[in-house]
Amino acid sequence: MESFELKRSKDSVNSDQSAHWSSFPDEVLERVLSRLKSHRDRSSASLVCKDWYHAERWSRTNVFIGNCYSVSQEIVVRRFSRIRSVTLKGKPRFSDFNLVPENWGANIHAWLVVFAAKYPFLEELRLKRMAINDQSLEFLAVSFPNFKALSLLSCDGFSTNGLAAIATHCKNLTELDIQENDIDDIGGSWLSCFPESFTSLEVLNFANLTSDINFDALEKLVGRCKSMRVLKLNRSVSLEQLQRLLVNAPRLAELGTGSFSQELIVREYEELESALSNCKNMHTLSGLWDAKGIYLPALYPACTHLTFLNLSYAALQSLELAKLLPHRRRLKHLWVLDTVEDKGLEAVGLNCPLLEELRVFPADPFDDEIVHGVTDAGFVAVSFGCPRLHYVLYFCRQMTNAAVATIVQNCPDFTHFRLCIMNPGQPDHLTNEPMDEAFGAVVKTCTKLQRLSVSGRLTDRTFEYIGRYAKNLETLSVAFAGSSDWGMQCVLGGCPKLRKLEIRDCPFGNAALLSGLEKYESMRSLWMSACNVTMNGCRLLAREMPRLNIEVMKEDGSDDSQADKVYVYRSIAGPRRDAPRSVLTL
Amino acid sequence: MQGDAVNGGSESGSMSTVSREDNMMVSSEDSSCPDEYELELGLGLSLGGGGSKLHQVSKTGQYARILTAQDFPPSSPSPSSSSSSSFSLSRANVTAGTKRTADPVAAANGSSQIAGWPPIRAYRMNSMVNQAKASVTEGFNSTMENHKKETSMVENSTTGCYHNSGNTKLRKSLFVKANMDGIPIGRKVDLNAHESYEKLAKTLEEMFLETTPSVNSAGSIALQRDMTNKMARPSKLLNGFSDFVLTYEDKEGDWMLVGDVPWEMFRSSVKRLRIMRKSEATGLAPRSQERNQRQRRKAI
Repeated sequence: MESFELKRSKDSVNSDQSAHWSSFPDEVLERVLSRLKSHRDRSSASLVCKDWYHAERWSRTNVFIGNCYSVSQEIVVRRFSRIRSVTLKGKPRFSDFNLVPENWGANIHAWLVVFAAKYPFLEELRLKRMAINDQSLEFLAVSFPNFKALSLLSCDGFSTNGLAAIATHCKNLTELDIQENDIDDIGGSWLSCFPESFTSLEVLNFANLTSDINFDALEKLVGRCKSMRVLKLNRSVSLEQLQRLLVNAPRLAELGTGSFSQELIVREYEELESALSNCKNMHTLSGLWDAKGIYLPALYPACTHLTFLNLSYAALQSLELAKLLPHRRRLKHLWVLDTVEDKGLEAVGLNCPLLEELRVFPADPFDDEIVHGVTDAGFVAVSFGCPRLHYVLYFCRQMTNAAVATIVQNCPDFTHFRLCIMNPGQPDHLTNEPMDEAFGAVVKTCTKLQRLSVSGRLTDRTFEYIGRYAKNLETLSVAFAGSSDWGMQCVLGGCPKLRKLEIRDCPFGNAALLSGLEKYESMRSLWMSACNVTMNGCRLLAREMPRLNIEVMKEDGSDDSQADKVYVYRSIAGPRRDAPRSVLTL
Repeated sequence: MQGDAVNGGSESGSMSTVSREDNMMVSSEDSSCPDEYELELGLGLSLGGGGSKLHQVSKTGQYARILTAQDFPPSSPSPSSSSSSSFSLSRANVTAGTKRTADPVAAANGSSQIAGWPPIRAYRMNSMVNQAKASVTEGFNSTMENHKKETSMVENSTTGCYHNSGNTKLRKSLFVKANMDGIPIGRKVDLNAHESYEKLAKTLEEMFLETTPSVNSAGSIALQRDMTNKMARPSKLLNGFSDFVLTYEDKEGDWMLVGDVPWEMFRSSVKRLRIMRKSEATGLAPRSQERNQRQRRKAI
């Protein structure tokens, strides 16, 4: 692909030049390298020689920083001068589940200040798990006249007032994507802040918000933004309002409905159906909160070309899903709630031969008494009908080793296998054995596996398998598993491509932690919480590996010697100085 | 990553200014007691005799505290026994202790909690809480299916976000942040899932005083630890009164003791909660008119 292009042009130009191929005209080299989109390709190219390093850095317009503390703002702006788009990720992933103190850090403001000075033409900012407050949003809105795209995923610290600032000042905004953040939702008036002259919006996603928005303002906004292709509403938007919006936006490619239940008379229902069926370009559908089976047929005509259907906020029963699916044979991505049960998943297996991704979320994760949800049977049924399945996230209450073995036999191309048996430490429900063989089968069969989340009762054997067979594994999540240090040692000793390792509530201690000394520098990060690691172990690690940042978060009332939560990551910026009191930097 | 290993730019504390908009970010460790506290009191929430009118209780000047076993009348189970009765080793009563939301369903069940498990994002938790409420009216709706084309259906009331009719069983969630001194991780509590101060205090107690710390192997040990914690818990509170008081910040930014005003009034004016160490709760301003009298009472 891009790398081949590189070779060809280099060869053709240099055929009559001297043997020293780095006397390659800079502009041409830059032009060629600018075609490289993948960050990894670019990193590789920059390592070839000094000329390529410089050509790469001058041609790069998009910088991706997977851990905001791994590098400093100064280093970034010194190396890259022409950045238009920045992607930044902050807190460890377990912050999504309340395992990271709230004021841990990852605040965007310092970055924005530097960007305002060095990248005044910045156009895109994509943040994940960063802390951002309203002042920062306002600063962003006024500091970058060309600003086009803002995406906030799983961030916190801001309110709808910050969104109002963006709407007010960003005259060239094309994308406002607010997803799954912890927002202080003060009200919906921010939407009215887009000026009347503003027409450039192409992507608007405010599904995250709960309060009512000014529908009149929204209707006008959608009406005048003729290029809008992605619109994801929040729950407060009714079906009738949805219909009015769709009449003005038939070219939508991605739609997130509001609440999909409302009193509708016949005429209204038919109007909705008609508006939906006019959306001939629609390939992604989500929202559908509170969707009732009786209204789903309104979607049928719109969905003939759907490739992504997100029903994870609609508590559908198995029959309702079974009726919906036969129209959707082109589905590649399906997200559902486990209310559809195994029968619903059987319908998936029967009707979606092209399915590549399945996510099944639990509707009632905390109530073990109610017997419902999905089991091993549903997953197996899907695997028989969907051989192209390569991404699965599956929350269930029971699983067997045999089922998983069958599943991976049917679907050997898994790249992401995230299985969550919700009861910690639960064994195979038929044989009562640990689930070791299940994950053994996964890593042995699925050679392309990049991401794995394990669950159930697991001994060190699981980790022996993982270390030995998971050659392409990059991300591993472990909870309530393992028997001894050996388990973690196996993983650290194997898995050549491991980048992120996150562990909670496992019997891994200092020996395990210290067995990965060299490994951690090739990884992005390691998280260990509620394990057996001590402060001494962490200090030893810090001493041996000065280029790693070791952060310990202690819990109130715990033993002084215990390192309750440890976060280890490589960094060329040195230890961070903005850590709160609760975070110890070693 | 290439380049010199130069120390990155530091920033002075991530939450530098505490403005109204920012206050959500400030943890209880960072916020100090406002200086306007003029009374030295060990007051908190009085919960004697379940369901009592709190007006009256506050007028009699009863002291309040985070729930202790004595607070519960014989009719309602004490916190420790209710938790252990619904608690069994055969299943893990788990809940995602997300920083962004509490799980009112689990809290109401009195189940023990493993923080952050199952691993579901707060955003989804929030939406699912509302789904559970929506299912209340499902049965009713399905009977109308036959009349679909002829008549309009009775409204399947949505989560009540935008229709707040009196008959609706569904209601909007009202999550407020709750922090406890000494615990860096705050929680969120849905005030609308509680009808009284007692219930709220019980939930908070379960959240903050029953957290299960580390586990050393698979789930069963976690559960054992949890039991131990439960047994250890009374020692924090058994000296008769807790070391903590429950306070809240109202819409004007004042810190008040929880329990002084009627529940509904409290609910409409509360912005966030803080379980404060008694030693720090100096001079919290109750709204009762017996302010002067209270001044003379000693902190317990």
